[in-house]
Amino acid sequence: MSIDRRIIYLLVAIVVTIPLVIKITMPVRVSPPVQLAYDKIDELKPGSVVLLSTDYEAGTMPELYPMTTAVLRHLFSKDIKVLLMSVYALGVPIGAMALDEVAGEYNKEYGTDYVILGFKPGLDVVIVAIGEEIRDAFPTDYAGTPLDALPIMEGIHNYNDISIMIDLCSGSTLDSWVMFAQARFKQRLIAGCTAVMATSFYPYLNAGQIEGLIGGLKGAAEYEKLIGSPGVATSGMPAQSFMHILILVLVIIGNIFYFIERRRKI
Amino acid sequence: MHTIIPLAITFFTSLLIIMGFFIPRAPFSDIQQTMLVWVLIISGFAALLGVDSLLRQHIKKITTRSEGWAYSLVLILTFFIVFGLGVFSGVRYGTAFSLASSFMYAYTYGIIPLQATMFSLLAFFITSAAYRAFKARSIDATFLLVAAALVIIGRVPIGGMLWSKLPVIADWILDWPSMTARRGILLGITLGVIGTSLRIMVGIERSYLR
Repeated sequence: MSIDRRIIYLLVAIVVTIPLVIKITMPVRVSPPVQLAYDKIDELKPGSVVLLSTDYEAGTMPELYPMTTAVLRHLFSKDIKVLLMSVYALGVPIGAMALDEVAGEYNKEYGTDYVILGFKPGLDVVIVAIGEEIRDAFPTDYAGTPLDALPIMEGIHNYNDISIMIDLCSGSTLDSWVMFAQARFKQRLIAGCTAVMATSFYPYLNAGQIEGLIGGLKGAAEYEKLIGSPGVATSGMPAQSFMHILILVLVIIGNIFYFIERRRKI
Repeated sequence: MHTIIPLAITFFTSLLIIMGFFIPRAPFSDIQQTMLVWVLIISGFAALLGVDSLLRQHIKKITTRSEGWAYSLVLILTFFIVFGLGVFSGVRYGTAFSLASSFMYAYTYGIIPLQATMFSLLAFFITSAAYRAFKARSIDATFLLVAAALVIIGRVPIGGMLWSKLPVIADWILDWPSMTARRGILLGITLGVIGTSLRIMVGIERSYLR
């Protein structure tokens, strides 16, 4: 006894598409790790500097891009300066797109309120280099302008001048940020990651090595709720909810079939 | 002699890098940083070798008309088109990542949708795999199944709508049983890495010399 996989695929398509077409709203409960991330950023004083690393590429954009825009909205609403970088070559344009979308809403100017440092290969090397002097890792911004020519970079040299580092990642880059930036330079860290990676980072949160954790599209929706700006992540919650219900129902059906077959064999 | 010299280099360089972690002061931190930069330079050459190997293999497939040669042709053409756009955008706009550049156009309207499509397909495969593989075959498997079901439903808003305690239970599973297991795995992996590194450092593991 089995369900044809084409029927399962069809059900998946229906369950994901319909909630996105028919605008259903669902209450979002804020989980403690996301609340912690929000609180730590919210405590920062205007004019503080945050280093944001968009360490993900297009494949995980549906989960992490709404998180990026939500975090940027929070930062800019608090007049916090943003230094954007990535250890993935194609993470920089994603960060640039998010800044392009959000900065205008808060009348933030490039070079004064935010800067795109760009991409540098060699994750560990870059993280250690920032600890010594940020200009060693990024002598210029992504467009080739020397950092010293940008007003935002005045007095910013290393982790001592950065209030919090936020790593929005799809892989294991957070391990390196924890290992070098946090352990060696005592840099405060907050992480945002895909839902599938979140469980891997709970030990860091529990040990206090990261001060907040935003996990997956659900985490992004929680963050949108906290900043009072529901967006793409919030509107994706019904589709995700019904998808999880479908998986659960199929697992139950699969087990019923399994027990029926087992009894027949006995 | 041809074995002793590489072993000695391995021992002393690894010792210097380790000392940089335990004594993060000059000169050890500077030496560590310099060596990490060397790793970066060597990795750059490795990337070049990777491109060379990739192109050679696919050009060979095209010339010999091996099975799936058309896909190789698409790969080669796409490689050179994106490479060309990157160079052109770099020259024209100062950086390939300028939002107005042709490279970013290809990225936004080509690479992003393609990668998102590939990633989205996982939803179909995961659902089908969960239906086929997630069976209560034993007591252990039943525990896993129940815990997974609670997390699956408790981590989405509808879980809280069905029963307000479900998200709390899901958080508890992630905070305690899941994290305990994860810590155990992490410790095991780390001890394994330390053991293997020490074996390489002191010259017991020499397979890299072959």
